[in-house]
Amino acid sequence: MAAATQDMVVRTGAVTRTLIYVVLLLFALFYLLPLVVMLVNSVKPLAEITGGNMIAFPDVWTLEPWRKAWSEAQVGVQATGLKPYFWNSIKMVVPAVTISTILGALNGYVLTKWRFRGDTVLFGLMLFACFIPFQIVLIPMARVLGIFGLAGTTWGLVVVHVVYGIGFTTLYYRNYYAAFPSELVRAAQIDGASFFQIFWRILLPSSGPITVVSIIWQFTNIWNDFLFGASFADFSSQPMTVALNNLVQSSTGVKEYNVHFAGAILAALPTLLVYIVAGRYFVRGLMAGSVKG
Amino acid sequence: MAFLEIRNATKSYGSVEVLHDIDIAIEEGEFLVLVGPSGCGKSTLLNMIAGLEEITSGEIRIKDIVMNNVHPSKRNIAMVFQSYALYPNMTVAQNITFGLEMHGIPKPKREKALHEVAALLQIEGLLDRKPGQLSGGQRQRVAMGRALVRNPDVFLFDEPLSNLDAKLRVDMRTEIKKLHQNLGTTIVYVTHDQIEALTLSTRIAVMNNGHVQQLGTSQEIYDRPANLFVATFMGSPAMNLIPVTLAADGGKLLARTAADSPTVSLALPDLMRPALEKFIDQSVILGVRPEALTDVDGADQRAPHLERFSSLVLLSEPAGSDTYVTTRIGGVECTARMRADARVTAQASTDFVINMDRVVFFDPATEVRIA
Ligand SMILES: Nc1ncnc2c1ncn2[C@@H]1O[C@H](COP(=O)(O)OP(=O)(O)O)[C@@H](O)[C@H]1O
Ligand SMILES: [Mg+2]
Repeated sequence: MAAATQDMVVRTGAVTRTLIYVVLLLFALFYLLPLVVMLVNSVKPLAEITGGNMIAFPDVWTLEPWRKAWSEAQVGVQATGLKPYFWNSIKMVVPAVTISTILGALNGYVLTKWRFRGDTVLFGLMLFACFIPFQIVLIPMARVLGIFGLAGTTWGLVVVHVVYGIGFTTLYYRNYYAAFPSELVRAAQIDGASFFQIFWRILLPSSGPITVVSIIWQFTNIWNDFLFGASFADFSSQPMTVALNNLVQSSTGVKEYNVHFAGAILAALPTLLVYIVAGRYFVRGLMAGSVKG
Repeated sequence: MAFLEIRNATKSYGSVEVLHDIDIAIEEGEFLVLVGPSGCGKSTLLNMIAGLEEITSGEIRIKDIVMNNVHPSKRNIAMVFQSYALYPNMTVAQNITFGLEMHGIPKPKREKALHEVAALLQIEGLLDRKPGQLSGGQRQRVAMGRALVRNPDVFLFDEPLSNLDAKLRVDMRTEIKKLHQNLGTTIVYVTHDQIEALTLSTRIAVMNNGHVQQLGTSQEIYDRPANLFVATFMGSPAMNLIPVTLAADGGKLLARTAADSPTVSLALPDLMRPALEKFIDQSVILGVRPEALTDVDGADQRAPHLERFSSLVLLSEPAGSDTYVTTRIGGVECTARMRADARVTAQASTDFVINMDRVVFFDPATEVRIA
């Protein structure tokens, strides 16, 4: 494999190669620049920023903006910092990701291994759900949450995200399990395993790659969601994204840019972390079905 | 009351009937092979016995109990799949004992059964490996171990050897045959390979287009094929099928080829006369296996009805133990099986001998064997 890829590499001269790397490096720098600016300014006293020194490294390094963004800044009515909202987000994301992933896996299992009349139509409809823009469901969803008494609660947001994510997770698992040999399921049936035992003992242990894909996808989407959070949450359940917006948009007092930068990084940190920890499985998982099948 | 009975079983997918009125009964300890071309419904029938496919109509009984609505795990059957279907996340030991575990058998008993089977199949050294770390032949053994450990009433095999290379396939075939002889288990075995069918079976069901064409022992199927399909499908090289006209010449019955000059005229044994009486002066198809069409010295000298004629050799193919000679009889190319040292030259005339006791006749209209 390795030898084959080596042979297939197009041979290029040193000059071309240098040129390619220079261009790539420039692109990389260009993309990294915003992050660098954010990082640099988040450890800079406000005076230096308002003094017009936006790009340079700070004269005085300080973690004060981070502390402030986390536990002191004026976000809502009270000066709580982003901390409670961060936990709101966690309390929303963890169940939403878990539930939508489990349901997606079960759906994929049933749609591929326990086929029934109309299953393709059902799958088509679920797929269709992936393409419905957020805005369209806002008002009906608000109504439904109201009826169930979930308006303004974290569980309301969990429901919204599960419903919205289930189309994607079902798609992932269905395609993955479609390549999973049906003979294994039949063998397990003869062995006497039940519906859930087959799922739990046979399919799930082989679902690592696609589960990583599903978790990363769901985690980043739900964590980064602003619209649903802004529409359906109240102060007790607002997620990090909405809080960050409130922090940055607050009209009272001076604009503490360094605190804003620190807050923005705090808001992005969990998704970054998920990518760093599980990112390499992400690509592997996306490829797995196609390579095996 | 047979051990395994399939009565008027049919299978439809939607409005398409893929199996028509299947009737098969086998006794305990039999080795039934379902053989036929791809798509003829062998796997479907096997899956119906296993309970993996519903039976559209008719019934299947094991030990005289109707199985139609019994769950696969409660039929006391075990199956070996073409792909082996080993659970990839489990070790060999776990693969073999999974069924026992699901049936609530306590761990010490499972361990004991595992080690008996592992010893029988000589896979003791592999028990801690995952299926991904095994060769094709080893996977095959594990798959059989998984079936054996359950000690089922009926073993079902779906083309278990077709993923192995030629050499290993022959070895495993022998091993399966030995296993059957030693354990005396009842087996239903699906294959599209007629040699496997002939070597392994106690009885064969030849299938085509969802019909059982013939059910019988290897010998019956090979020597007395029920129709033209069975005649051509079973045996390699295939049976020679020569169009002839039957003629009564005094007390003798003759089969004459039309397209040859001079015409080949073969006297038939008197025993065949009653069956062929009503086809006199009609065209029929004469079937002869390559080994019953041979050179003069190679013919079975004790055979009472040898007919000799000469014909042009088109091609001679030495194949080690035998030489296959192609000639044209009655306008069709025929294969004769001769000894390795038979002296024949291409494009020269030579003498052939047919053992008329081994000849069969088919009605060209119905394709059914008439004698
Ligand atoms: N799930 C299915 N739906 C519709 N037709 C099927 C299905 N499974 C098998 N068939 C058809 O039934 C026939 C028999 O198939 P199968 O038993 O797999 O053949 P074999 O094992 O002899 O090669 C084939 O013509 C196949 O197309
Ligand atoms: Mg098949």
